[in-house]
Amino acid sequence: MPDPTAADEVLRAPHVLEYTYTRSVGPVIGAFLTGLRQGRILGATGDEGRVVVPPAEYDPVTARPSGELVEVGPGGAVSTWAWENEPTADHPLSRPFAWALVVLDGATTGLLHVVDAGSPDAMASGMRVRPRFRPEGERRGHLLDIECFVPEESS
Amino acid sequence: MTDATSTGQEPVAIMESPIHVDYRFTAGLAQSRFLKGLSQGRFLGQRCPRCHKVYVPPRGSCPTDGVPTTDEVELSNQGTVTTYCVVNVPFQGQSIEIPYICAQILLDGANLAFMGLIQEIAADQVRMGMRVEAVWVPPEELGPTMASVRHFRPTGEPDADYESFKEYL
Repeated sequence: MPDPTAADEVLRAPHVLEYTYTRSVGPVIGAFLTGLRQGRILGATGDEGRVVVPPAEYDPVTARPSGELVEVGPGGAVSTWAWENEPTADHPLSRPFAWALVVLDGATTGLLHVVDAGSPDAMASGMRVRPRFRPEGERRGHLLDIECFVPEESS
Repeated sequence: MTDATSTGQEPVAIMESPIHVDYRFTAGLAQSRFLKGLSQGRFLGQRCPRCHKVYVPPRGSCPTDGVPTTDEVELSNQGTVTTYCVVNVPFQGQSIEIPYICAQILLDGANLAFMGLIQEIAADQVRMGMRVEAVWVPPEELGPTMASVRHFRPTGEPDADYESFKEYL
């Protein structure tokens, strides 16, 4: 039996840090999350024709307060993406997927989400995708009320 | 646009955003020796071959001279409270009843103080220079963790002279 006090034995142990933050979301993100719970995606109208998704309280360029919230999507186009081969326990999907910026129809900015495409060969910039919402009873006002996006032709 | 209340639910005002970081901690040689000492109810430190200071817990090198500290030293079970604070504020996950005393303890023979819990004395009785000793958990509960030291308690000896610990505040 190896000597547990052997001088050359280096100890290792799991070390988990967890911060259980809860934060208030404010009127604009609050409306966005409320929309998600209802199965709708909202963007904020800004200056120069911008529609920002997720909505921000202020225009990202002029810093003026955003105008009214408008519904966008549900479909959109992938502007850029990266393939995730080895999902971790904290990732939205347990099988390989793509991280993607999705410019929803009617929006001018990309929403960071995941695309369940099966293979990187099925991914391309400009491809059409649509959201797969969780069933109504499982939605809780969270970005992951959209389980993922899926290629439009496969839906 | 349907408003939130038409679904019979309040608009979303709060979100949970937990942060979870899963580390695997490697103690290194020096700290592994220290931790193994704890599982035997002993404090093991290391001495710098150049300045002869004794570090406990040891990190394997001297922060002043930058040389490996290879010389192992077993320290006393007793030490001196150099400074302390009384914790009166409850917080999530607190495991000790408040008020309690969190102190910097300089073991006899050491040149580095570490943090320890002081018990078996009223919070308003603790003082700088107070002599204390480690109270270990029962032998079957000892392990390579600071939890092997249940707490420190007063020895009843006269307080240490301020001059003897003023460098370790």
